[in-house]
Amino acid sequence: MWKWLHPYAKTERAYQLCQILQPWFWAGALLCLAVGTVWGLAFAPQDYQQGDSFRIIYIHVPSAILSMSTYVAMAVAAVVGLVWQWRTAFMAMIAMAPVGAVMTFIALFTGAAWGKPMWGAWWVWDARLTSELILLFLYLGVIALYGAFDDKLQGGKAAGVMALVGVVNVPIIHYSVEWWNTLHQGATISKFDKPSIAPEMLWPLLLNLLGFALFIAAVTVMRMRNEIILREMQRPWVKAMADKAEGDRHAV
Amino acid sequence: MRALYRGVLKRELALAFQHRAELVQPLMFMLMVVTLFPLGIGPGPETLQRIGPGVIWIAAILSSLLGMERLFREDFQDGSLEQLMLSGLPVSLIAAIKVFTHWLVSTGPLLIMSPLLAMFLNLTLDMYVALLLTLLLGTPLLSFVGAIAVGLTVGVQRGGILLALLLIPVFIPLLIFATSAVDSAALQLPYLPQLAIIGAMLLLAIAVSPFAIAYSLRVSQN
Repeated sequence: MWKWLHPYAKTERAYQLCQILQPWFWAGALLCLAVGTVWGLAFAPQDYQQGDSFRIIYIHVPSAILSMSTYVAMAVAAVVGLVWQWRTAFMAMIAMAPVGAVMTFIALFTGAAWGKPMWGAWWVWDARLTSELILLFLYLGVIALYGAFDDKLQGGKAAGVMALVGVVNVPIIHYSVEWWNTLHQGATISKFDKPSIAPEMLWPLLLNLLGFALFIAAVTVMRMRNEIILREMQRPWVKAMADKAEGDRHAV
Repeated sequence: MRALYRGVLKRELALAFQHRAELVQPLMFMLMVVTLFPLGIGPGPETLQRIGPGVIWIAAILSSLLGMERLFREDFQDGSLEQLMLSGLPVSLIAAIKVFTHWLVSTGPLLIMSPLLAMFLNLTLDMYVALLLTLLLGTPLLSFVGAIAVGLTVGVQRGGILLALLLIPVFIPLLIFATSAVDSAALQLPYLPQLAIIGAMLLLAIAVSPFAIAYSLRVSQN
């Protein structure tokens, strides 16, 4: 059933797949982000309570949602790597880690900028802010662990185990912190049966969510290509590709 | 088979008691960290009672992090860990025994210190009982979960700070539940739910972490 997937355990096939996917991801990301952001920032109606400052939702919410899903994606990649012994899965995981960390940082930063006019403080020890901050720590831990190893295969496995320990902890952290303290407004768009957001505000948000997801995918794919080239420098196919690129450059 | 496990257990205990001075170090560290708080914040009995549970738990987490680094390091460096892994016994069980003995000799004694610390920070008897129960359930959890990261970083040069970076975020839920149990005790409220959650986390860790520790040791052993 999973047979079609197995060729991608080979770095060469994974590299080719990344190469094919990259332009599509970039095109989709730029299109969605451009339309969603302009629509959201310029044309969507004002919020009756928060005025124009609610518009930061179009950056804040997608980055917050995707910071968590990127962590889950890392954990899935780690499981694939640990179970089927795929080197490429660990490479994908490591490629995702800094992107997810940056998303977490964007969510925290925009949250702080939003919190200042709304709650009157840059930072409050609210449940969701705190769990987002802890998520950032988990990302940084995984990246630091990977960086500590000279043998990158070993480092990938170690980082994978740590990502899994983290993903078991994410729900526990979330609920423990929620119980501990709560001030953040409730989720706005997860209640799909009857969303508590007007549809003309929702559509640009969903577009931006998709755009952010495609953007993360595009950057991940680029980083993964780099990782593969760096790690497989001695392989004949990489050398052939480098020679070809060199030849093309001289041909012009 | 059982004789071999007993052998591993005896060896761990014998090794631990050969270095008695090292056994006392985490205790002294914890005592000193707790001493810093009244000096830094002020000796008001009510303030101390308010921050006491959190301070004791943070000190416990820090001192267990400090002691944990030694869990596999020496065995890794002199090669006896490799021999244990080649012995044919399940590595997960060996790891579980090692973690348990480590808890027994280096983190468990923190419980002995707890009455003194509770007195320093002006905790009431109810709060102290709750604190003791959370420490009893929580410190083995620290050891079992922490051992995974110790196994991963054992081959890394100067892994000490890295270990703390990896583990502190993972220990946050425990800190929250434990201090909330003690706070409930201070208000004469039931704190069984918090204890039950810590107990559930401990059982999950005991069931799953030996396999993760075994895998992480294999990764480090390469």
